[in-house]
Amino acid sequence: MGGLFSYFRGLLGAREMRILILGLDGAGKTTILYKLQVGEVVTTIPTIGFNVEQVTYKNLKFQVWDLGGQTSIRPYWRCYYGNTDAIIYVVDSADRDRIGISKDELVHMLREEELANAILVVLANKQDMAGCLTVAEVHQALGLDALRDRTFQIFKTSAVRGEGLDQAMDWLSDALQARK
Amino acid sequence: MSSFKRDKKEEEDSGGNPYQNLDKTIVLQEARYFNETPVNPRKCIYILSKILYLLNQGEKFTTKEATDVFFATTKLFQSKNVMLRRMVYLCIKELSTMAQDIIIVTSSLTKDMTGKEDLYRPAAIRALCSITDSTMLQAIERYMKEAIVDKNPAVSSAALVSALHLSSSAPDLVRRWVNEAQEAMNSDDPMVCYHALGLVAGLKKNDKLSTVKLITRYFGTSVKSPYMLCLLIRLAAQMVETDDSDNSKRFIDFIEYCLRHKSEMVIYEAAHAIVNLKKPVRDLAPAVSVLQLFCGSSKASLRLAGARTLACLTAKRPTAVAACTVDLENLISDPNRSVATLAVTTLLATGAESSIDRLMKQISSFVSEISDEFKIIVVKAIRRLCTKFPRKHQSIVAFLAGMLRDEGGLEFKAAIADAIIEIVEENPDAKETGLAHLCEFIEDCEHSALAVRILHLLGREGPKSRQPSRYIRFIYNRVILESGPVRAAAVSAVAQFGAQRPEMLPNIKVLLSRCELDDEDEVRDRAIFYNAVLDTGDQQLINDYIINVVKLNPIQLEKALREHIATKPDEAFDIMSVPTEELKEEKEDIVEVEVKKPTQMTTEEIYNEMLSHIPGVERLGPIFKRAQVVELTEPETEYTVRLYKHIFARHIILQFECVNTLNDQQLEQVHVRLDTPPEYNLVSIVPCQKLVFNKPDSVFVVVEFPSAYLDSLGTFGATLEFVVRDCDPNTGNPDPGEGYADSYPLEEFDINCADQIKTRTAAEDFEETWECAANSPEASETFALPYNDIEEAGKAVCRHLALPNEAVSGDAIKEIKGCGIFRGGAPVLMKAKLVAINVGVTMKLAVRSPREDIAQLLLSAIG
Repeated sequence: MGGLFSYFRGLLGAREMRILILGLDGAGKTTILYKLQVGEVVTTIPTIGFNVEQVTYKNLKFQVWDLGGQTSIRPYWRCYYGNTDAIIYVVDSADRDRIGISKDELVHMLREEELANAILVVLANKQDMAGCLTVAEVHQALGLDALRDRTFQIFKTSAVRGEGLDQAMDWLSDALQARK
Repeated sequence: MSSFKRDKKEEEDSGGNPYQNLDKTIVLQEARYFNETPVNPRKCIYILSKILYLLNQGEKFTTKEATDVFFATTKLFQSKNVMLRRMVYLCIKELSTMAQDIIIVTSSLTKDMTGKEDLYRPAAIRALCSITDSTMLQAIERYMKEAIVDKNPAVSSAALVSALHLSSSAPDLVRRWVNEAQEAMNSDDPMVCYHALGLVAGLKKNDKLSTVKLITRYFGTSVKSPYMLCLLIRLAAQMVETDDSDNSKRFIDFIEYCLRHKSEMVIYEAAHAIVNLKKPVRDLAPAVSVLQLFCGSSKASLRLAGARTLACLTAKRPTAVAACTVDLENLISDPNRSVATLAVTTLLATGAESSIDRLMKQISSFVSEISDEFKIIVVKAIRRLCTKFPRKHQSIVAFLAGMLRDEGGLEFKAAIADAIIEIVEENPDAKETGLAHLCEFIEDCEHSALAVRILHLLGREGPKSRQPSRYIRFIYNRVILESGPVRAAAVSAVAQFGAQRPEMLPNIKVLLSRCELDDEDEVRDRAIFYNAVLDTGDQQLINDYIINVVKLNPIQLEKALREHIATKPDEAFDIMSVPTEELKEEKEDIVEVEVKKPTQMTTEEIYNEMLSHIPGVERLGPIFKRAQVVELTEPETEYTVRLYKHIFARHIILQFECVNTLNDQQLEQVHVRLDTPPEYNLVSIVPCQKLVFNKPDSVFVVVEFPSAYLDSLGTFGATLEFVVRDCDPNTGNPDPGEGYADSYPLEEFDINCADQIKTRTAAEDFEETWECAANSPEASETFALPYNDIEEAGKAVCRHLALPNEAVSGDAIKEIKGCGIFRGGAPVLMKAKLVAINVGVTMKLAVRSPREDIAQLLLSAIG
């Protein structure tokens, strides 16, 4: 039965993948969303609430939810966890002070049952900034070593320069395809 | 397939409304479907409509339910379907007042409002403004400013109207958008400049000077937008009302100029404004002639507007409407019944006596086709007619009686019955016919409340008619045919005949005896009671308990009885301690506008509540009377004080109600120093601890009357004493530190006879009562009154003796007759004759009372 179903799915074009972009405020989530969608860097204002866009990457359709990262808005993330296929967690590599908070939010989020099967992509963003943490440092600061039973990968990116996003999306596409 | 069939059948049953039997819990379940991906727009739109339907039916959502639905709805932003998105906006707007954390859609709405999709933008603006509170407003300010001057009129209008709504919660912020709004006033779109003017005028409404500038800028220019012009007319009319100077003439000129505009809307607005100005306008004719033209228009809405406005004008300026008689006549046969009704009622109010019969014939041709509401308007108009032309009563009463026989609800029937009852009461000529119609009506009346009222009236008026026996049959038929309450009322009515017409007494007693076997307790009790009273043959008893029963305020009576049972159940209850029904003077507006009056505590209850705080008040016994209010200060002084005198059997409570009109002072420890006449005893004072700006509060002083009645007249001096503390005029907080003592002299006041006597409804057989009291002590004396006019002298005497002005009768020689009860319970009869002589008026006053000293007192009061 499952085989038949996936056969039809293949025939009709895949279901839209549902992706959440999360992270602290000012990490660059909205910039990444629109970089992915229109391929340009747009000026953004702090997101009060969320943005939702359809992103097509290499003939795959994603429905990407970019949720605001301000302290007051984080509690509402959980309202949007249902049916999520993947999480893109964005970290401001230059913000050494708040990397701890970022870790706490990540750990907290990954404990949610609704996200148990979601693939995780961590983007160590703002690698263009001087004095930022390296990928390895971010990896360690977020305590990713401790992650078990989760498909995840970390990438270094610079959204304003457009660096690293393609690699991350390639990996994510493959991972999502493979899981099917 | 079977379910499909059933659905279809249900749909037919419910008259085609698929939403009729929606259940909230089921719809809330369905809303979970919004979380599914991919979104099915068709299905989601259907569920959203159900939610909106429920909300608009007044269904209450708890905060949790609303929040859950709200968050589920936000998921739908993933769909690009235009219809669905617009439904989402509507839902957000409706839920914004109930759900929590609604700011979550701020970014999405901001994006839609600035985006390329024109179908989203206006609705997104409206939704965004409904979820934004004043703290978040700053975040969207820039977008709002841009939207106000947007070249898309729908966007601009949406932004302007939303801003107007926001200005009530964040006026200062919205005021910063006034430049953009003023720019929008020059828009080519008629709606945008109307909305822009609305916003600008709304923001400037407290600044009269700039409002004047705003309006006058458009004088003499051609305003393209008719909507905007209408608003300008309204603003100008407001200016006329608030401006007393000659300036207002400019505004009136402007409005009159607008009467010549080509748009009907503007013309009507101008005419309506002129007609409704509270100030007298030199010339109503241009406005009226415009309305007259409207009455002849082919458009029903214009005819209605014209007729309605003229109907309102009738109340103020009947002569101005008289010119439109011909046009209104044409409207009587208008196919639109609302227009016809307005035309007829207006004509009835303005028309001459000669045209009434014809008009009434016209109404009766269509009265069965209009709704009860309009029928009541017609009834009221006809009722007024009878006051105006009493000679027409025959045809009017006949007409009303005809309407009584028609189909109609209780309110409509009650209105007719009221009208007939009033006509019967005020027009003696109409009495016999009116009563006859009412008799006929109760033969077949399904509303028992109405039947009871009519029976009561028959009992009161029937015995005085020439042929009282003819009513008995109608009344007694009720006893046989009707329900309990109606039977009881019929018994009371029958008893009235027995009491007032001795020749009918034997027959009446037979009827009453039959009623003594009734199944209903109340009917039986009444019959036995009346029979017993009638058996005594004591005229005084019969008068007090059948003919002239004192009407007590039922609420007060209940309260008094409860108190009596609680405090002294063994003693007899004194019914005279209960205040009688207050006679209220009601002014009736001629314009039919229904206003729901808020339920109020009666003044009686308010006072009782206030006095109950005075220590020892319960020892004073029941209150005897409350005297007229006395002002103890000039109006517009620093402190205003009015005095309420609450009279008890042996005491008075003087209530000094003080108002502090200085906003920079707070008075503390306010009390009153009283100079009493020698025989009065001061019992206690309840000072007022704090008197803040503009909030009335009272000082109470309890004084004991002198033991001898004759000493009870006297003059009191009073001084208000208090400690002043300065305070901040804005916050009302007192400055730190001690205040200083100060005093404020009040005017003197008297305790006079009128304060101590309570008049009862004067019995019609006063002479008999007077003779009955022949053995009581009488005091009489002749006075010369310092009045030139005998009318005034009569009124002054009445005032003095606390008698109503109706107690005076006669023309050249005035007679005053009255009876009353003095505090303590002694009855008093008073009789005075006034004759005008060359200089002044002579009066002979005689007073009879079991207590001679009271009789003497009333006489000494005159001297």
